[in-house]
Amino acid sequence: MFALTGIDHRYGRTPVLAIDDWSAAAGEHWLLAGPSGSGKTTALHLLAGLCAPTAGRVSVGGVDLATLRGAALDRWRGRSVGLVPQRLHLVGALDVLDNLRLARYLAGLPDEPTRALLLLEAMGIDGLARRMPRQLSQGQAQRVAVARAVVNHPALLLADEPTANLDDAHAQATLLLLRAQAVHVGATLVVASHDARVRPLLPRVFTLPPRTVSA
Amino acid sequence: MNLASLALAYARRRPLATFLNVLLLAVGVATITLVILVSSELEGRMQREAAGIDLVVGAKGSPLQIVLAGVYHADVPPGNIPLAAVEELARDPRVREVIPMAMGDSFRGFRIVGTVPAFVAHYAARLHAGGLWAAPLEAVLGSEAAQRTGLAVGGSFAGSHGLAEGGGEHGDRAYRVVGVLAPTGTVIDRLVLTGMDSVWAVHDAHGHAEPHDEDADAAPPAREVTLALVKYRSPVAAASLPRAINSRTVLQAAAPAYESARLFSVFGVGTEVVRGFALLLVAASGLGLFVALTQALDERRLDLAIMRTLGASRGRIVGVLLLESAGLVALALVCGLALAHGVAATLGDWLPAAAPLAAGAARWRAEEGWVVLLALAVGIIAAALPAWRAYRLDVAATLAES
Repeated sequence: MFALTGIDHRYGRTPVLAIDDWSAAAGEHWLLAGPSGSGKTTALHLLAGLCAPTAGRVSVGGVDLATLRGAALDRWRGRSVGLVPQRLHLVGALDVLDNLRLARYLAGLPDEPTRALLLLEAMGIDGLARRMPRQLSQGQAQRVAVARAVVNHPALLLADEPTANLDDAHAQATLLLLRAQAVHVGATLVVASHDARVRPLLPRVFTLPPRTVSA
Repeated sequence: MNLASLALAYARRRPLATFLNVLLLAVGVATITLVILVSSELEGRMQREAAGIDLVVGAKGSPLQIVLAGVYHADVPPGNIPLAAVEELARDPRVREVIPMAMGDSFRGFRIVGTVPAFVAHYAARLHAGGLWAAPLEAVLGSEAAQRTGLAVGGSFAGSHGLAEGGGEHGDRAYRVVGVLAPTGTVIDRLVLTGMDSVWAVHDAHGHAEPHDEDADAAPPAREVTLALVKYRSPVAAASLPRAINSRTVLQAAAPAYESARLFSVFGVGTEVVRGFALLLVAASGLGLFVALTQALDERRLDLAIMRTLGASRGRIVGVLLLESAGLVALALVCGLALAHGVAATLGDWLPAAAPLAAGAARWRAEEGWVVLLALAVGIIAAALPAWRAYRLDVAATLAES
């Protein structure tokens, strides 16, 4: 479903990420493991087309991302990728339901408030629809961020350290939620995490080596 | 959910800052617009009232005073001139028409002008009721004079000595109202008109009543008028006639066009100062808008980044910021223009001198288009830098920072 080949990504002259070959089939659930600073977030950003690798090829759903530019890349991302960022980043000016509607609007998809409500209901958080993000607990916000990531039925669902700041019960619930939603929308799931609690819940693991800092 | 509702959601999140920004810009817009309304009304009125009058003649004195007294009825005339001199001027081939005026009395602040029917014709005034004066002590009221004094055809009043209120009354010689004029929007609305012989009759009687007046018992006094309005037969007369009048006769000639231009150059400075101040106000509010938008951008960098991950293009992100700025500017424009026109319409209720403003308050001036452009330019300039920074936003780096 996606393939990263010959990736060598650098900031200036500093190498930040190197992946020879990593590919996944559609519907697979992956853990992207590795210590802090090993480039997990960067790898997710490459998959989402938020940045282009210094060298190498990123292909998602049969599309070579290097062939997409500007607004076309943004449009592809909005429709094909759901991202749950580490710090969630719900839009504070909008309530929960409008955060979901914003995702559909920005991806150029028709506004379907009932469908967004049904999704919230399926995730057991329809009572929060009219809450503002600052009124949510960490666990609630996490669920809303997942809901926003899957509302457009992406082919690729990415989550960056989703269990950080969560207790064991919530960490497990969040992981199960991500897997359930990925199955529900038929998305390939990649969870980037250095959290050992995640490993038993995800069958496939791709591990990034610790970055060697050259003196 | 669209860009407009998103911009609105952001504006509602900071209601005080939004309100203050709109208020500041609206006050600047209102000030500029009000200056435009006042000066265009003033200029238009001065031009309207001087229209068709090429020259005003009066006693030797200040030409500005003669114009103010003869055209705008806003100053006392310099003194009287012999009727004979005016009649001689009327015979000059360069002169098409001379309209003499005899002044000196007033009624409740409205000047009583003794003149000829040509005066009414000059201001194109129609009779609203009654007819023109035909006999001594018959008077015709301008529309405003009639409205404010409550006098109608058939009423009578006594003039008071002097052009301001509070002079001694000519109680023994009462005028009878025989006509009321329809409104014209010119100075004639505020005048009380009568024949010249009425003015002479009142003042002869007045003279007789005062024993110390030495000429009173002599032969009928030489008839005098106060001022006369002169129309040229052809514009060529402007080259020679005023100088001829000033050098060879007892009369002083003054051209309204020239004198009012001179007057404008004096108090036009005041208008320029106010206009400059208003521009400064708009510039300051533009700066306020810039600060607000820059601050909003800093606060919203993460929101903008997440919107990019949700599929928004750079153009759309810039669109949100521009739309927000445009919305504030549009709101400020509507409020500012409404405020200026509202003030113009109601200012007359507190300041009687500003009453004429109300008549033109509902009309839009071409210059207001410039105010709209100015405000839009301020909005665009204020949003330009924040929009550029939003366009350049590095999404991956912004999401990665913690």
